Amino acid sequence: MSAPNLSVPILEVDDLVKHFPVQTGIVLKRTVGHVRAVDGVSFALHKGETLGVVGESGCGKSTLAQVLMRLEPPTSGRVRFHGEDVFAKRGRELQALRRSIQIVLQDPYTSLNPRMTVGDIVGEPFDIHPDVAPKGERRKKVQDLLDVVGLNPEHINRYPHQFSGGQRQRIGIARALALKPEVIICDEPVSALDVSIQAQVMNLLDELQREFGLSYLFIAHDLSVVRHLSDRVAVMYLGKIVEIGTEEEIYGRPSHPYTQALLSAVPVPDPAVRAARARIRLTGDVPSPVNPPSGCRFRTRCWKATEICEVEEPELVTRGAGHHPSACHHAEEQTLLPST
Amino acid sequence: MATPLLEVEGLRVEFRTRDGVAHVLNGVDYHVDAGETLAVLGESGSGKSVTANTVMGILESPPGVVTGGSVRYRGEELLTAAPARRRELRGEHIAMIFQDALSALNPVFTVGFQIGEQLRTRRGMSRRDAEKRAVELLDLVGIPGAKQRVRDHPHQFSGGMRQRVMIAMSLALDPDVLIADEPTTALDVTVQAQIMDLLADIQAERHMGLILITHDLGVVAEVADRIAVMYAGRIVEHADVHSLYANPCHPYTRALLESIPRVDTKGTSLSAISGLPPSLTRIPPGCPFHPRCPMAAERCTEELPPLAVLPSGRSSACLFAEELVAG
Ligand SMILES: Nc1ncnc2c1ncn2[C@@H]1O[C@H](COP(=O)(O)OP(=O)(O)OP(=O)(O)O)[C@@H](O)[C@H]1O
Ligand SMILES: Nc1ncnc2c1ncn2[C@@H]1O[C@H](COP(=O)(O)OP(=O)(O)O)[C@@H](O)[C@H]1O
Ligand code: SF4
Ligand code: SF4
Ligand SMILES: [Mg+2]
Ligand SMILES: [Mg+2]
Repeated sequence: MSAPNLSVPILEVDDLVKHFPVQTGIVLKRTVGHVRAVDGVSFALHKGETLGVVGESGCGKSTLAQVLMRLEPPTSGRVRFHGEDVFAKRGRELQALRRSIQIVLQDPYTSLNPRMTVGDIVGEPFDIHPDVAPKGERRKKVQDLLDVVGLNPEHINRYPHQFSGGQRQRIGIARALALKPEVIICDEPVSALDVSIQAQVMNLLDELQREFGLSYLFIAHDLSVVRHLSDRVAVMYLGKIVEIGTEEEIYGRPSHPYTQALLSAVPVPDPAVRAARARIRLTGDVPSPVNPPSGCRFRTRCWKATEICEVEEPELVTRGAGHHPSACHHAEEQTLLPST
Repeated sequence: MATPLLEVEGLRVEFRTRDGVAHVLNGVDYHVDAGETLAVLGESGSGKSVTANTVMGILESPPGVVTGGSVRYRGEELLTAAPARRRELRGEHIAMIFQDALSALNPVFTVGFQIGEQLRTRRGMSRRDAEKRAVELLDLVGIPGAKQRVRDHPHQFSGGMRQRVMIAMSLALDPDVLIADEPTTALDVTVQAQIMDLLADIQAERHMGLILITHDLGVVAEVADRIAVMYAGRIVEHADVHSLYANPCHPYTRALLESIPRVDTKGTSLSAISGLPPSLTRIPPGCPFHPRCPMAAERCTEELPPLAVLPSGRSSACLFAEELVAG
């Protein structure tokens, strides 16, 4: 792995909140509640670092990405990029910011416009930021980008449907690289790909990070994929980060019951360890983000819950020296995976 | 050797479409016995579902055409059996559950009605008795408050709960073979673990033959007794689960295992498999894996390796299988 510089935060997220109104009525819309998709999230992303974000469906990962990209306005909270308030930026400054933070999306089948050629798709960012590539140099630049992501530069005039899923994901990555960003937010970039193709794209992301010193916010539900690529990992549950730490801390000695349950549920591709594994099986479903439980949001499924969990929301803090931040009143490190 | 519970042999299926003929199954061989779990592992498009659908007699035809091979249930040939007999076997002896439980369930009827349907039409049960049995089945698959929930509609259940409903439905007529086609692929990891535990319990309790179709090498390692690895419409390797992971004897299986990240180790760089699975309208001559195979030799472009049984009882469709088994 590349060696990230943990003393230089590029992106600082501070108590970020995004609520979506729940409305009823057709003519007269009435707001009857809010989906608390992201509900007070804080973290820092450093230069050259990959911060993984894991969590189950609906926990707010994509919403977090959308707000960071300024595709959705935040409800509250602050985000600083190189120390400057992201949400205060307008006009030119906003454009410059948009160059620096790019996104790669999950679905290589729908995130590319089927009527545009690969050249148009990868080169489109240059239309918005013409200063990066003057007209005459465009074609050459796009071909260089295709080459960087391992696509044949001669295929510049082909359409997305003429490529496989893995190749389409490469097109999306080439496009994200066009404006030489510092941060790339990857929202499930390999989830839709076949196993034999996932590794190709993961290796590519890894190489690009080393070559260009990129920082990644790497969102995925697959804990194995996240472990492989991340330096640090944040675990989300119902709009909140419940535990954050280095890859070794989260996978080797998780202290939040939810993280522990997640890790014990991930299948390990080795039948020799199956009998020896700790099994924590959660019951019930994730509660609705419209009415999350009081106190600790995980308490309705937690086997360690006590009275305090119902009345007091646990903060994401370090409890004792040598530990990493965990939002649990009864945080206790435990080793769950067989080898490590 | 005793007759297997369910056996597929040399199964060939083509899809005849405007774009040409897709050779989707090119000689599939596998079998399952009572009380065991066979995992059928393969990437998308390798033919796992088409094989299962053909076994069930629900292959979409046209465009699908069975062009050869055999499917036998307790020795009885199914491919040439009368439609009435096939319907009888479906559900009663061989049942199937699907990846997408929502689209497999009917949105307008209650889950109790759907679970009880087979019991009413095929076992002549009264509406009341069928509902009573549906409650028992929902209870068995771990739906809390089954008595109340039996009158709910599918959309009132979460994804994991719907998959439990599907399982309850498939068990209604006490089948002895259950085919589960990617039953947890659409589910979150904690729910996936619950459903896999449930399937394993039911399989053991009822001594069923379970065919688990999946692309996930982790899931296979957790539950399977034996594995059949599919590539381009054929089984390329078959072994018991321990031997297969300890010493894969086909270059494709070997490459797959080296290309996946593991949750229990950080690992270094992954060795990705180059290239893509072949187009089924133009399968390469010789060994279909040769364009991507790190071990490919001249011969591989000409000879189609048969699924050869090795001395240890496992099999591999590679010309160099014996060298691989030696390690
Ligand atoms: N535009 C919207 N309007 C209302 N609710 C929304 C909107 N977008 C997302 N939500 C809700 O916010 C919550 C978080 O959604 P989000 O898409 O961020 O989840 P996620 O973690 O990315 O899930 P997945 O793993 O399925 O991609 C969910 O309950 C979702 O239904
Ligand atoms: N109804 C159909 N018409 C045409 N082609 C089909 C049809 N169903 C499946 N196929 C093709 O058959 C091949 C194998 O499909 P399938 O068995 O579904 O793969 P998987 O291993 O992912 O389950 C694929 O190339 C698929 O596109
Ligand atoms: S705070 Fe309480 S309910 Fe929440 S995770 Fe910790 S023990 Fe469980
Ligand atoms: S037969 Fe040849 S190409 Fe096919 S898997 Fe074996 S070595 Fe590779
Ligand atoms: Mg998402
Ligand atoms: Mg399938």
